[in-house]
Amino acid sequence: MDVDFKKDEELEKLLRDLKDVKQSDYEFHDNIKPVYSTGKGLTRETVEEISAIKKEPDWMRRLRLKALEVFQSKPVPTWGPDLSGIDWENTSYYNRPDERRTNDWNDVPDQIKETFQKLGIPEIEQKYLAGSVAQYDSEGVYHNLRKVWEDKGVVFMDLDSAIQNYPDLVKDYYCKAVPVSDNKFAALNGAVWSGGSFLYVPKGVQIDMPLQTYFRMNGEATGQFEHTIVVADEGSKVHYIEGCTAPRYDKDSLHSAIVEIYVKKNAKARYTSVQNWSKSVYNMPTKRAWVDENAQMEWVGGSLGSKVTMLYPSSYLRGPHASASNLNIALAGAGTFKDTGAKALHFAPYTSSRIVAKSISIEDGKAIYRGLLRVNKGATHAKSKVQCDALLINDTSSSLTFPHDEIYEPSATFSHEASVGKIGTEELTYLRSRGLSEDEASSMIVLGFLDDVMKEIPMEFAVEMNRLVKLEMSRYGAVG
Amino acid sequence: MSKLEISDLSARVEDKQLLNGVSLTVNGGEIHALMGPNGAGKSTLGYVLMGHPNYQVTGGSVKLDGVELVGKYPEERARAGLFLAFQNPVAVQGVKLSTFLRTAYNQVHPNEKMTIQEFYDKMKLHMKKVGLDESFISRSVNDGFSGGERKRFEILQMVILRPKIVILDEIDSGLDVDALKMVAEEIKEYYNQEVGFLIITHYQRILKDIEPQFVHILIDGKIAMEGDNSISLKIEEEGYDWIRGV
Ligand SMILES: Nc1ncnc2c1ncn2[C@@H]1O[C@H](COP(=O)(O)OP(=O)(O)O)[C@@H](O)[C@H]1O
Ligand SMILES: [Mg+2]
Repeated sequence: MDVDFKKDEELEKLLRDLKDVKQSDYEFHDNIKPVYSTGKGLTRETVEEISAIKKEPDWMRRLRLKALEVFQSKPVPTWGPDLSGIDWENTSYYNRPDERRTNDWNDVPDQIKETFQKLGIPEIEQKYLAGSVAQYDSEGVYHNLRKVWEDKGVVFMDLDSAIQNYPDLVKDYYCKAVPVSDNKFAALNGAVWSGGSFLYVPKGVQIDMPLQTYFRMNGEATGQFEHTIVVADEGSKVHYIEGCTAPRYDKDSLHSAIVEIYVKKNAKARYTSVQNWSKSVYNMPTKRAWVDENAQMEWVGGSLGSKVTMLYPSSYLRGPHASASNLNIALAGAGTFKDTGAKALHFAPYTSSRIVAKSISIEDGKAIYRGLLRVNKGATHAKSKVQCDALLINDTSSSLTFPHDEIYEPSATFSHEASVGKIGTEELTYLRSRGLSEDEASSMIVLGFLDDVMKEIPMEFAVEMNRLVKLEMSRYGAVG
Repeated sequence: MSKLEISDLSARVEDKQLLNGVSLTVNGGEIHALMGPNGAGKSTLGYVLMGHPNYQVTGGSVKLDGVELVGKYPEERARAGLFLAFQNPVAVQGVKLSTFLRTAYNQVHPNEKMTIQEFYDKMKLHMKKVGLDESFISRSVNDGFSGGERKRFEILQMVILRPKIVILDEIDSGLDVDALKMVAEEIKEYYNQEVGFLIITHYQRILKDIEPQFVHILIDGKIAMEGDNSISLKIEEEGYDWIRGV
């Protein structure tokens, strides 16, 4: 076996480029006054106003109002993390940074452009992406798609633009996988949604480079409610990536997104998201995929930061031989409550699902795995494998697992594995005895713990995760 | 020339006193053997010298080239040129061997600029010498390694990191005759007038390949006897009882 150094070299170079990045590089905020805001609070008028500003078709306006009713009728869920800190009255539900939308970075307003430049977005686009959308607060400000893909009929733009340009296509998918009645936060999104991306990949089109949307939440005490739809039509292949950051404020912000993914027959879709929210964000997205016959869905998620995150990407395996995999990393730093997991619902024979969830808790950080595995009667020979590993860094760190199984098909096979570990003194001492500092040694051990997930995600994003994990580790320093 | 000076060193773990005033000096160019029955405190001495946090120094001092090590972190000792080959090296899941070794190398020799290619070439060369297959480069540190493979890897780390004072704790255990020969060759090749060795063993085996100029016998956390290599030969035949009787 010939072992090559090239991959290490590339990785080392990437890490060196990123070496001096600090958390404050993400948490800075701009003094941009939104050109338009609906102000604080949420009423029927707020919703009407948002719809009017967007000059939406009437069907969308009606859907929004219906969603508002659902939102108002549902209580705040109490079965998970404490959500009493969400200040519904003092949140602004819609902030528009600028009138324009463009496909040229030069036309993006300077200050917003600078923000994205600081985050390295245009550079990443040039190097690694087939297309990119950038959203600032409530609205997309930039979108671009390489011409080869545009020529093949791929559609990639913010959802608002898509509604104007492709209303019928959007209507076919909007809120089909995630109905607004699903939960209170999905309903809220349905009422006030703005931004998010629409990606349509036509039959048989296989895109080798990923497409990315980057969300930047800037305003204080604002909500971000994007709605993203990805459609991988029959036999197509696509990798869609989302990155999110927000500055740190004293007042809490709310992020409540909807992501719907449709993977049609024989298609393959991968959704990667790296989220690094600041510690004042409640992050409550609803993400779901419909996976048809012989199609494959892959969820890859890295969830860092935030005050509370509740996130359980779900796969509805609707056709025979459909499969889903879910690789998730959750890092719960000090003061953070991560309630995350995955759901796999098997509706058809020979469907399979695999869930690997890794969590790291630092200081009083709390990481919970909450999962659902459901196999309907008739989903013969369905297979599922769930593995949850938790790593606790400090004595005050905690982790819990709540798997939930509903198996109605006797021929189904499934397995659960769970482990909880601590960073061991022996491992730390061994690495330190070779010259590594305590920080380096512990982040190396943490990354080692994540390695089986990291190995499966593209290098640039593994590097990004790498960097964020190191950042988080070094912020808390002392381990033990 | 480097110098490790251990003076009247006492240490304990939790409430158990394990070292009771050990004094020993290793100069560059010297090979010392530390022998003693099981449980005498030999590994404890190694850990204490390296700064293992579970062991508390209750008295005495350890100086490397005149600089006090007691109170310093393990990484500071490593960067100062101290190296301990562990008796039982632990596995670190998911940490790639080459990443670990290169990070360590960069810490210990921050001013040396070696490209990754040069580093790989060097690693591969020495892996061959200690008898580790190249494929180990991509494996996790000690994860799933046999006892012997772990020992070979310890020696690989030693030659790559180039310490001034080397402590080898039972480096011969777990190695068969041929493997021991390879490892001993690598140690001898590394040995020079700048480097001092403290070889901890309770067999005489390795001392035939690497002959020490000084032998120290540790019993109950104290040096019970010192002399030249003839002591080790006598221990091979008669055990430690005759020393306890002294
Ligand atoms: N962490 C520890 N806790 C309790 N006892 C220990 C610990 N480490 C070593 N000991 C005890 O200290 C004594 C000396 O151990 P060690 O230094 O490993 O001996 P040697 O290497 O000479 O065989 C043994 O009795 C061992 O059981
Ligand atoms: Mg021992």
